[in-house]
Amino acid sequence: MLFLVDFSVIKPEPGLLIWTTIIFGLFWFLMSRFAFKPIGESLKKRELDIQNSLDEAKKAREEMANLQAENEKLLAQAREERSQILKEAKEAKDEIIAEAKERANAEYKRKVESALQDIENQKQAALVALKNQAGQMAIEIAEKVLHKELSDKNAQEAYAKSLADNIKLN
Amino acid sequence: MTAFRNFWIVLIFSGLSVAAFSQHDNTQQGHPKGSGQTGNPDAEAHHDCGHLVGETVEGEFNAGATAVHHISDANAIHLYGHAYLHLPCILYAPGHGWTLTTTSAFHAHHHGNGEVSKDGYVLVEGSIMRIKDPAFATGEHPIEGVYHKEVAAGGKTKTIFSVVTGGECKELEAKTTFDGGVMGGGITGFYDFSITRNVFTMFLTALLLFFLFRSAATAAMRREGQAPKGIQNFLEPFYIFIRDEVAKPSIGPKYEKYMPYLLSAFFFILGLNLIGQIPFFPGSANLTGNISVTIVLAVLTFLLTMLSSNKHFWEHTLWMPGIPPVLKIFILTPVEILGIFLKPFTLLLRLFANITAGHIVVLCFVGLIFIFGGAGTSISGTITGALTAIPLTLFMMALELLVAFLQAFIFTMLSATYIGMALEEPHHH
Repeated sequence: MLFLVDFSVIKPEPGLLIWTTIIFGLFWFLMSRFAFKPIGESLKKRELDIQNSLDEAKKAREEMANLQAENEKLLAQAREERSQILKEAKEAKDEIIAEAKERANAEYKRKVESALQDIENQKQAALVALKNQAGQMAIEIAEKVLHKELSDKNAQEAYAKSLADNIKLN
Repeated sequence: MTAFRNFWIVLIFSGLSVAAFSQHDNTQQGHPKGSGQTGNPDAEAHHDCGHLVGETVEGEFNAGATAVHHISDANAIHLYGHAYLHLPCILYAPGHGWTLTTTSAFHAHHHGNGEVSKDGYVLVEGSIMRIKDPAFATGEHPIEGVYHKEVAAGGKTKTIFSVVTGGECKELEAKTTFDGGVMGGGITGFYDFSITRNVFTMFLTALLLFFLFRSAATAAMRREGQAPKGIQNFLEPFYIFIRDEVAKPSIGPKYEKYMPYLLSAFFFILGLNLIGQIPFFPGSANLTGNISVTIVLAVLTFLLTMLSSNKHFWEHTLWMPGIPPVLKIFILTPVEILGIFLKPFTLLLRLFANITAGHIVVLCFVGLIFIFGGAGTSISGTITGALTAIPLTLFMMALELLVAFLQAFIFTMLSATYIGMALEEPHHH
């Protein structure tokens, strides 16, 4: 195969110059009007949408964080309140227990005291009764003895005389 | 690793030198046989048209010329073998007027050479040329053969094409180009405004890109407020990349006004770069590697830069504050003014050179197959050439894929930077 060297690509040709101008001009016009414009607009819109969504998400996240912090605060407050209540309850309990103890002690003391009193009383009564009985018995015995010893007149007089002497001594 | 690389370099250069020799041989050859051409064989004896264009000579292959041919524009799209996709021709010759036809009117037969002339126009290697003689009859005339010869003129050899019609040798001229004769072209007898392979492919690419983006745009509008899907998902990152990495940092707050241009330029260049990488139809057209295309794009960037320039920009360009006036008049201002025009010039040259160079290297690697195989005469050589060329071509194509994205990005980035420089507001120190 033989071709002749004619480096024609470096020679500006009127035909190709004009056709390139026409075709590229049309291409430029049609593309910018019917392709690049809608594509650019949709891209811009989408970018705006994405940015807005991101911003919204960020805002929501911040709100969520705020809410969470608030919750945390509330929780902490509640916890504190609870411990306060518990503390108070404990104190009240202790107080009640102490009071009850005190009361019980006092009652016990009183009971013991009254029992002791009773015992004392009983003891006294018993002692009185015993004394009485012992006195009775002594009188009876003495009566019997006296009765026996004072059966004669002399002895009676002698005893009476001794008794009278004793009284004098007293 | 270095030895390995040197091996390839030697291989490539030896290939190129083979190509150079074969070209040399070609100039030494006598009259060819004229096989495969219609016409009177006796006619060749009576004219001095040179050699038949596109004939096959055994063992002859010129890799460089083949590469250049494949990156050039053409009036008809070569599909395979002798099959062409015919395209409309819009031709204008001063003094003759407009000629509207299609490439099928030239009855392209062998190697893209037409068998018929129409209104003085003929098809040579798939491109339209015109018979120089203004007196040449309009209407259709049979062509007996297309010839070329090398003529030494001013220390340079120039290829002159001719056709033989009616036993006469008629010299041809190529279409008008605006290189001022620097690159071997210039204003000739006719202008070609045809829908060429390049124009056709450019239109196809622009249409494809438009429908791709239109579907993404409708998806974006229809699925508003939903996650992107499909093609929309694929294209939107590019949009965002151009907006956030190119326009915003380079232009600043006024970036939005320039987004359509930057995006259009980016995707237009990228689309053309990529379709130019496909080695067969509907690809194969080298558009961003054609200076006409890059000129239009660079001029648009230049116009946008100039239209958006502010007072501050011109003050800094023409009368830089804080510099002695002598320096300003003799050095800074001329350099700055030169810079205004050099910027778009480098822009158009960079894109053009990168893509063209990539294509030429790929085509030269493919050419290794024909060089090693002696243009089909040696089977073992062809196999060796193929084994050499396939990994090299694969590597180069991967590199070109990178370059396709890179150059589209660089063009857009620099356009944005230039616009940004013209828009820059004064800094308050």
